[in-house]
Amino acid sequence: MLSEKVRDGSKFISCHYDGSYTQWPVSSDNRQPEPLENLVPYGPFPCKAISKIYWQTTKNGLPYIIFQGGMPRASYGDRHSISVVHGSQQTAFDFTSRVIDFFIIFSSEPTAEFDDPSAMVVLAEEELVVIDLKTAGWPAVHPPYLASLHCSAITCSHHVSNIPLKLWERIISAGSKQNIHYSNMPWPIDGGTNIAPDPPQRDLLLTGHEDGTVRFWDASGVCLHLLYKLSTVRVFLTDADPNDNMNTLGEDEWPPLRKVGTFDPYSDDPRLGIQKIYLCKYSGYLAVAGTAGQVLVMELNDEDAEHVVDHAEADLLQDQEGYRWKGHEKLKTRDGPVRFEAGFQPFVLVQCQPPAVVTSLALHSEWKLVAFGTSHGFGLFDHQQKRLVFVKCTLHPSDQLALEGPLSRVKSLKKSLRQSFRRIRRSRVSSRKRRGGSGNASEVQEANAKFDQDALQEMELAPVQRKIEARSAEDSFTGFVRTLYFADTFLRDSSRHCPSLWAGTNGGTVYAFCLRVPPAERRMDEPVRAEQAKEIQLMHRAPVVGILVLDGRSTPLPEPLEVAHDLSKSPDMQGSHQLLVVSEEQFKVFTLPKVSSKLKLKLTALEGCRVRKVTVANFGSCKTDDYSENDLAVLTNLGDIQIISLPFLKLQIRYPCIRKEDVSGIASCVFTKYGQGFYLISPSEFERFSLSTKWLVEPRCIVDVPEVTSNNHVHNKSGMENAARKSRASGRSSGDYGEDERKSGRLMEHALLNDESE
Amino acid sequence: MECLVMFGAEFRRFSLERSKPGKFEEFYGLLQHVHKIPNVDVLVGYTDIHGDLLPINNDDNYHKAVSTANPLLRIFIQRKEDADYSAFGTDTMTRKKNVLSNVLRPDNHKKKPHIVISMPQDFRPVSSIIDVDILPETHRRVRLYKYGTDKPLGFYIRDGSSVRVTPHGLEKVPGIFISRLVPGGLAQSTGLLAVNDEVLEVNGIEVSGKSLDQVTDMMIANSRNLIITVRPANQRNNVVRNSRTSGSSGQSTESSLPSSTPNILANFLQGEEESDEEDIIIEDSGEPQQIPKAAPTSESLESLTQIELHESTQNGFLPSSEMNLNHSAGSVSMEYEVQDAEHKSLEEDGTIITL
Repeated sequence: MLSEKVRDGSKFISCHYDGSYTQWPVSSDNRQPEPLENLVPYGPFPCKAISKIYWQTTKNGLPYIIFQGGMPRASYGDRHSISVVHGSQQTAFDFTSRVIDFFIIFSSEPTAEFDDPSAMVVLAEEELVVIDLKTAGWPAVHPPYLASLHCSAITCSHHVSNIPLKLWERIISAGSKQNIHYSNMPWPIDGGTNIAPDPPQRDLLLTGHEDGTVRFWDASGVCLHLLYKLSTVRVFLTDADPNDNMNTLGEDEWPPLRKVGTFDPYSDDPRLGIQKIYLCKYSGYLAVAGTAGQVLVMELNDEDAEHVVDHAEADLLQDQEGYRWKGHEKLKTRDGPVRFEAGFQPFVLVQCQPPAVVTSLALHSEWKLVAFGTSHGFGLFDHQQKRLVFVKCTLHPSDQLALEGPLSRVKSLKKSLRQSFRRIRRSRVSSRKRRGGSGNASEVQEANAKFDQDALQEMELAPVQRKIEARSAEDSFTGFVRTLYFADTFLRDSSRHCPSLWAGTNGGTVYAFCLRVPPAERRMDEPVRAEQAKEIQLMHRAPVVGILVLDGRSTPLPEPLEVAHDLSKSPDMQGSHQLLVVSEEQFKVFTLPKVSSKLKLKLTALEGCRVRKVTVANFGSCKTDDYSENDLAVLTNLGDIQIISLPFLKLQIRYPCIRKEDVSGIASCVFTKYGQGFYLISPSEFERFSLSTKWLVEPRCIVDVPEVTSNNHVHNKSGMENAARKSRASGRSSGDYGEDERKSGRLMEHALLNDESE
Repeated sequence: MECLVMFGAEFRRFSLERSKPGKFEEFYGLLQHVHKIPNVDVLVGYTDIHGDLLPINNDDNYHKAVSTANPLLRIFIQRKEDADYSAFGTDTMTRKKNVLSNVLRPDNHKKKPHIVISMPQDFRPVSSIIDVDILPETHRRVRLYKYGTDKPLGFYIRDGSSVRVTPHGLEKVPGIFISRLVPGGLAQSTGLLAVNDEVLEVNGIEVSGKSLDQVTDMMIANSRNLIITVRPANQRNNVVRNSRTSGSSGQSTESSLPSSTPNILANFLQGEEESDEEDIIIEDSGEPQQIPKAAPTSESLESLTQIELHESTQNGFLPSSEMNLNHSAGSVSMEYEVQDAEHKSLEEDGTIITL
């Protein structure tokens, strides 16, 4: 039982375990007082306890009574609710995670006659929610920080550096239209002053989620701001009716529940999950691909629009016959036009058949082509003419596992989990039995226990062992397409370069296709043609995780449209190009157009680690703006980050970054173009690191603490400022990248971006 | 099916029914006939899909040759009296130039004639013990030639602990051990590896301080040409060196080191080269071909090491008696010295990898 006193001290309110609350008068005599009012707000059936209550007075006489819990036990006992009662208005705010605590922001003037509450701040297990109590309808306040990253589980991320202002503004404007249901109230919590300098450029982090949404985050500074949320669900027909959301507040609904907060871990259909994202910052084209083989190409539109999404199917099995896909079905599409809100609107949908998860995606906005790969093969789609250019099956005919889809494996995992749980439970049971020595234990049970004991012993005797076997062409999932890459290079002869598409598989095969893209003026009239030009089989057969073409100056080829927008030098087409193939085990440079091996770095043979992520990072000099170099940023399965020089493949530096046991952290890591990176340290928190001395993002702030208490606080404050100054200085002093970095040891400036689980 | 036959500088082409290759005797007669050498004893060899020069001397390997020829069967004939047996074997054709010159102009190479006891070159090596001369007697360096065989490597490794002699006395340190041999696998069939042997090095890289998963990845990365150094659980079958009996030879440990270094280097190089079986490329849906090495910028160095390598190929298998004599008894201090030398050679190896 908890109680709360009214401001003038004349009355107080108590709440009870049976879901009731009572108002009491306060009198100076010792007689037992009579309650003013006793109420079970969600009666008459048994209710859960009310664990915390506020009684806030207002000028107009009607108080706010705000309490946590008290829901009818039978039908709503599992809800995490906070109810606000103000006269005839009553709303039970329904949180998707457990409420840890809440408080009311009210007039802080000690002389004020009334509380006049302005906002309610609720700390739920997964997020912080602020509700505006001044505005009619009690809307939520848009959080400027502590945004919930994991509203739906993050399935992939994609980072785009240096967004052009135009695109940035359009994304923000699309996002602001989505935020109209938020209150206009300024954020009521003062968390100090951010003294970090303005970020030097606009960076976007795109996160793909299990529920088929893509969230656009402003990742330029310390805090991630949600700019815009894109949903791909409208394209498809799913079991869940989009109108059937919990926000509808029926007139005669009781209790008057209203869902608040953004955390929603339940996905209606796991097939909607986003697996790959590619955004072209120059053209505004966005490609997203998902769990059920769906590939969507979208365009940014500033207005709402209703249109038909062109739909194509890519049969990746082609001539392979007699196979049956045992995985999930493909997503059903909506017939007829679909209404899309302002923002990225899909205009093309390609569905892979079988509908296996899309494992790689590449978009070339200049050629208007999108390439996608699954565990069965890859395809190329012309999104200008809306025509499938070609598909290539990469599946090994004997690879049954890849064909059957993920289901069989999931089942076996589940089964083994279940078995191990059972084993633990049984062993517990049996040990209890032995201790208790109860007579009624049947012989069968005893035999069972003995069997379990034996099994356990056997497990202890057989240590963890690893099989040593060469990779072979017959291994499973060799056809899994790991990487796709567009390049304008010398594929066939050294005199003419042409557009090309490169694909790398899990079995160490690289396919190169020569593309013929008609010139712009005949782009709609002539078809895009593709022809296989090369197929390279790496003898070590390790999965190919990266393909890159270096130009005549050994610089990686620029991104599509980068040169057209004067943001990159045009590539050197005079000197001979080189092909870099990165497998999990080796880095290899080949000459082009005649493929001969030039040099290599056998990472696994030397160090026993494998490449998990690789990207080209540009490292600029701190001292001069006009000098920078390109290197490979590599994340290994041990969580180390290595910088490897281009084109000579020399290891420059190694830094342990992520714990090697943190598999999801390693899997979630994304590198930026300028040597920074993000990885998940929990489902809801990204950690940011920088490998470049030029681009550091540090959390720097000052918190003004009222100097009413001891001078202890003042001391703290200056200490913080000192620390901030120190970190700034070290950021500057580490000048030339390379030796200085090693010396200073401040290579990684870890900054917690989203610290809300605390 | 087309056959291309080379005998000295002479070429002959003829076709052969793939489905009915006939017997080796007939084929042999046919070869003698097309080259008009009816009464000359010759050795017949062919290049298989991996580029190895392999002998044809019975029906079985003749049929194998015919069935694997794709699409052309390349055949080399040598006169028996000036035959170079060493030309046969794994990876002989990757050093094509040398082999060809050996086969085509055998007189140019004033090599010591081999004493032919049997013809070990008729077989592909599957394993060998190497570096016996430089390793402590308690260790064994085993090379498994996965390349070219269908046999699985067939072994498992596990974590464990072993006792080491350290400056602070005996210490228990974590180690990696062979935990299981698959019956019929390459590892078991060699007889050189056994359960509970401690793995010390993988292709010249020490495994101490590395996790089981790291060592697994290293072994798989080197699986085409795996060289593992083990401390056998059973120490009774160790090679006993000559030096042990002539233990008090005047040679000092130091002086023996320089002479052994090039040999290790050669062995490592050889390992490097052979694991280097080239990736395969198919151009314009044509024939699969091995990807050649791009012309290195520092040609002189490259060709130099190539020669050295070829010269020392035979040395790797049987340590020359000269080398053995140079060693004194396997004292503890020498063990450290040798490891030092290994490190040196490793560094050199490293530069060549990334050259």
